[in-house]
Amino acid sequence: MAGSTLEIKNLHVSIEDKEILKGVDLTIKGGEFHAVMGPNGTGKSTLASAIMGHPKYEITEGSVLLDGEDVLEMEVDERARAGLFLAMQYPSEISGVTTSDFLRSSINARRGEGNEISLMNFIKEMDSALDYLDIDKNMAQRYLNEGFSGGEKKRNEILQLLLLKPEIAILDEIDSGLDIDALKIVSKGINRLRDENFGCLIITHYQRLLNYITPDKVHVMMQGRVVKSGGPELAKRLEAEGYEWIKEELGIEDETVEQKA
Amino acid sequence: MTVETKLPYDKEYIDQFSKERNEPEWMLELRLQALEQADALELPKPDKTKIGKWNFSQFKHTATGAAIQSLKELPNELQEFLDQENAPENLLIQRNHSVAYNTLSKELKDKGVIFTDIFTALQKHDDLVKRYYMKDAVSIDEHRLTALHAALMNGGVFVYVPKNVEVEVPLQTIFWQEDPEVALFNHVLVVADEGSSLTYVENYFSHNEKEATVANVVTEVIAQDNAKISFGAVDNFAHGTTAYNNRRGVAYRDATVDWALGQMNDGNTVSENITHLVGENSLSNAKTVSVGRGDQTQNFTAKIVHFGKNSEGYILQHGVMKDKSTSIFNGIGKIEHGASKANAEQESRVLMLSEKARGDANPILLIDEDDVTAGHAASVGRVDPIQLYYLMSRGITQEEAERLIIHGFLAPVVNQLPIEAVKNQLTQVIERKVY
Ligand SMILES: Nc1ncnc2c1ncn2[C@@H]1O[C@H](COP(=O)(O)OP(=O)(O)OP(=O)(O)O)[C@@H](O)[C@H]1O
Ligand SMILES: [Mg+2]
Repeated sequence: MAGSTLEIKNLHVSIEDKEILKGVDLTIKGGEFHAVMGPNGTGKSTLASAIMGHPKYEITEGSVLLDGEDVLEMEVDERARAGLFLAMQYPSEISGVTTSDFLRSSINARRGEGNEISLMNFIKEMDSALDYLDIDKNMAQRYLNEGFSGGEKKRNEILQLLLLKPEIAILDEIDSGLDIDALKIVSKGINRLRDENFGCLIITHYQRLLNYITPDKVHVMMQGRVVKSGGPELAKRLEAEGYEWIKEELGIEDETVEQKA
Repeated sequence: MTVETKLPYDKEYIDQFSKERNEPEWMLELRLQALEQADALELPKPDKTKIGKWNFSQFKHTATGAAIQSLKELPNELQEFLDQENAPENLLIQRNHSVAYNTLSKELKDKGVIFTDIFTALQKHDDLVKRYYMKDAVSIDEHRLTALHAALMNGGVFVYVPKNVEVEVPLQTIFWQEDPEVALFNHVLVVADEGSSLTYVENYFSHNEKEATVANVVTEVIAQDNAKISFGAVDNFAHGTTAYNNRRGVAYRDATVDWALGQMNDGNTVSENITHLVGENSLSNAKTVSVGRGDQTQNFTAKIVHFGKNSEGYILQHGVMKDKSTSIFNGIGKIEHGASKANAEQESRVLMLSEKARGDANPILLIDEDDVTAGHAASVGRVDPIQLYYLMSRGITQEEAERLIIHGFLAPVVNQLPIEAVKNQLTQVIERKVY
């Protein structure tokens, strides 16, 4: 079998004792691109964060497996080394740590002790990725995300994605704050990874990203659950008609996580 | 343990000590006067730190050290301070109380630059030393430690840059306390005459883990009109040394005194860095980093006093506290009456790495003039778990992620150090202290 498989089963997640995810099921296989859409505050970022191991989110029920391995038992760094990647909706700023030092540490973390990338090769790979994403080379010497514009932060996330080459990536609103040109460049970066060994879960509000990156499957989240799944045409319909029709179809009045279904 | 408060060094001892070194008469008098004053004066009272029981009296006062012919003879720990590629052109190594090595480029000599140990300076440049020694910056009678310093001064360096001479290559001093019991009553006097500029960097280093001794260091840095001094230091006394480190700058008209200080002692330490912006348009950037570990108690003061109109002072203190260490960070911006248009800014950040460590940042603004600007920011916190999460989400282990965050936190000051080797050495000291 090619690539890895991420299985999310009946996932329940709370934050500060408030249940936000109420049973999410989703399976992403190598070679597949899934889009997750849904109104604001319906649990999309919570899903992404819980999978990666964000310290604030508590898993109360369910499981997440990567190729059968229990992801929830792993530390955050182990999850990454196992092949998971999350491009965050709001990446942290880290003062005093240059982007380039951080990238090198990240790459070496995945490669493991004794197998570190040589400085020469690192610079070569980084430069070519910077070029590919049309990022100013100076960015590598700037402190990680510090003072970066919204768009620069997103490009930096994709830069990391390209250099770390994970098996499964989750991209949380990677398109927000991007101008049209940047959107094309970022999409190009993501598409470059597209092959049978790479699975991707793309959280987005807009069809425009999906125009560049055609998903195999589209899921809609409401009330902390996946309430509807379909093919690329589902995203197109959402773009044209909004979410009302789904709510009507399913008898949902308040789509946020506040309400009981 | 009982603490001796009476010094074993008396008038006769000092008289002999001074005569053996052929010191000028004024110096002997200054010492004897200081000794008399010392008994009556009280210890300094650093805010929120009690130093009454610290060891300021148990030490050996003198020790010599052998000269070295080549830098290769230095132990590895000291090699780290030096640029390995290009042997430093301007370097002084003080080993215990002897000069082990001293070079100054011919070019600088020809221009009249002086870079020599304090005793040689007292012989050869008596007038210059006399003019500045404990006059414009630090006074003998500030408290008992300044008086003891003056009485027992047993080492140090004198730097003088004549008018309009610009020194581009840094001057570097290494104070190597090789004997584990010997005390350093070190006096560093740096004078930049009108329109001149220089960069000076010093390292303090000792090995005395267990043996108790004292470092009582007074540094006076004087920038005359339009002069610019950039002063860097890494203090790295071992656990047995109780350190009192007083670095004081004076900036006259249009002058600049910048500091980049790595305060990395392992023993109890009182460190005060004060700059007097005396002249109009004078400027100081005072940046310090500190790491506390083990059971040490430290008190750091970064203070800039504005007398001159339009003077600007910027304080940046970053400290990392681990184990059971305790540190107080005082940041003081003081604007005197008449210093209109002065700007006093300060920022103090303390990062706590253990539950048992204690850290306290006290930002203080004392303003006696209306037409000024001033600001302060202070925080005491832990490593941000969201930052850790972000780094770890790229596969970086928690330990390595913390390491990156801590080095990043200290980087604004470390990067300021003007000698690459010293910068790297400070990074290594931080590495050793934090892990
Ligand atoms: N740290 C937090 N503290 C308190 N509530 C939180 C926290 N994080 C998320 N929530 C709540 O959980 C719910 C789901 O948030 P989440 O960020 O998962 O939504 P989302 O679907 O990603 O929304 P958006 O499209 O706006 O990004 C919201 O009601 C949000 O307020
Ligand atoms: Mg979100």
